[in-house]
Amino acid sequence: MIRIENVTKQYKGSARPALNSVSLDIEKGDFVFLVGTSGSGKSSLMRLMLREDVPTSGSVHVLGENLVGIPSRRIPYFRRRLGVVFQDFRLLPNKTVAQNVAFSLEVIGKSQGFIQEAVPDVLRLVGLDGKADRLPSELSGGEQQRVALARAIVNKPALLLADEPTGNLDPATSQDIMALIERINLNGTTVVMATHDRGIVDRLKKRVVELKHGEIIRDEVGGTY
Amino acid sequence: MKYIISEIRQGIFRNVSMVISVVLVTFISLTFVGAASLLQMQIGQMKTYWYDRAQVAIYMCSDVSPADACPQGEASDDLKAAVEAKLQSDTLSAYVEKFYFENHEQAYATFQEQFKDNAVAKYVTKNQLNETFWVKLNDARDSKIITESFTGVAGVEEVRDQRSYLDQIFSILNAASLAAIGIAVLMLFSAALLISTTIRLSAFSRRRELGIMRLVGASNFYIQLPFILEGVVAATIGSILAGGAVLAIVQFFVQGYLAQSLPFTSFVGLADGLLVVPILIGAAILLSAAASGLAIRRYLRI
Ligand SMILES: Nc1ncnc2c1ncn2[C@@H]1O[C@H](COP(=O)(O)OP(=O)(O)OP(=O)(O)O)[C@@H](O)[C@H]1O
Ligand SMILES: [Mg+2]
Repeated sequence: MIRIENVTKQYKGSARPALNSVSLDIEKGDFVFLVGTSGSGKSSLMRLMLREDVPTSGSVHVLGENLVGIPSRRIPYFRRRLGVVFQDFRLLPNKTVAQNVAFSLEVIGKSQGFIQEAVPDVLRLVGLDGKADRLPSELSGGEQQRVALARAIVNKPALLLADEPTGNLDPATSQDIMALIERINLNGTTVVMATHDRGIVDRLKKRVVELKHGEIIRDEVGGTY
Repeated sequence: MKYIISEIRQGIFRNVSMVISVVLVTFISLTFVGAASLLQMQIGQMKTYWYDRAQVAIYMCSDVSPADACPQGEASDDLKAAVEAKLQSDTLSAYVEKFYFENHEQAYATFQEQFKDNAVAKYVTKNQLNETFWVKLNDARDSKIITESFTGVAGVEEVRDQRSYLDQIFSILNAASLAAIGIAVLMLFSAALLISTTIRLSAFSRRRELGIMRLVGASNFYIQLPFILEGVVAATIGSILAGGAVLAIVQFFVQGYLAQSLPFTSFVGLADGLLVVPILIGAAILLSAAASGLAIRRYLRI
């Protein structure tokens, strides 16, 4: 599903590499927490898996694609096969909840018929039925993250990448979101999630990969923070 | 498709003033291009028309001719007969379509006619005007043969190809149309820059949407198309206006005014104008598509 081999990422103008010779294998159906202090390279690693960036050296394979050699016109089609959520939700402020989810389907050319069926379904799944016509500004942070999750999974992706999805939420709301992500994982979607939330990691007892100064210092199944 | 059309409409309304300036700049620059190409066509037409009628004049010596060309003074009948015989000779008659001799009386009559309202007509006398052999060639480009055969011949003051006067006029017209094309190219360049700035602003104001589109895997073509079409729509409106302006110039200025005041010259007509219009529109579409395509591509790469 994901195979990262000897990846080094050196940003221009910084002395130390953000990632230093990182290797990581993630199997289908896995649930992996990426932990580590701020600046340890979690987001850098996620960006490589999303093909938002390429490594300075090493290879990245995700969903069977070689992300170092992939031609740029194939990148959009690669991204359609995975879902992404971020700390800052990334919703369109002038579109309603339903329109936000529908937008992501429209721009990849899905038919109106498909959209009209899929959007209410996925909103029900994330517990937002009845709020379809609200604007993001009329929602709580947790609800906004549900919209982002709905958008990420509406295409039934094989892989969900989540970079601190609970970073802006209070503990109770974080738990709801985590319950949702666990459910998505139980349905067969591989989940990679970067987080600072000790409580969540300790409670879920999943595989934990810890980064420090751009190197993996721990990779433990059923681990804690 | 619905999305793309609504995006273009939004894009155009979002920065109306920029779009209007793109429309105006393409309008004005393409009007220049159109006018310059019409002028080129006009020059071409006038060249064929006038070159065809151009003659070579063999001016015979008169009383007042300068002594170095005409040491013997007024050309005698013998000398005139010699020139005439040479024009009829086997070597030259192949090139000559026809020629006629204009004596002092005829030259004076023509002069009085041409300078009717000019004071000089009162002072000139018959003998001051050259007697002339007017030679019409089969092909006006062969004038050199006549010039070389008769320059320096006894009794000939000067041989002159009328085309040399025409060439001066045409080179002035040509320079004018080249200047117009030069200005047009500069303006087209600024139109291209303006289009790419407009597109980049438009992309900047939509950067949130663009980021999300990239994240969920919208294809580059799908992302770029609305921006490119936004530029193309604006430039096409400008080019259609320019086409209208060019046709109006042909119809009202050239045909309505110039052709009336100079009835013996043939001018470019609506048919020529209609030939230019699709070229202008095509140029606008190509230019704006290239400019906005490059602009959005560079913006999205960052
Ligand atoms: N675009 C960039 N250009 C230059 N340096 C960068 C860039 N992005 C990240 N870095 C650097 O790379 C290192 C790792 O950053 P990264 O964002 O991966 O950390 P992180 O583990 O996600 O941190 P956080 O927990 O705060 O999100 C940091 O030192 C950061 O300054
Ligand atoms: Mg981060």
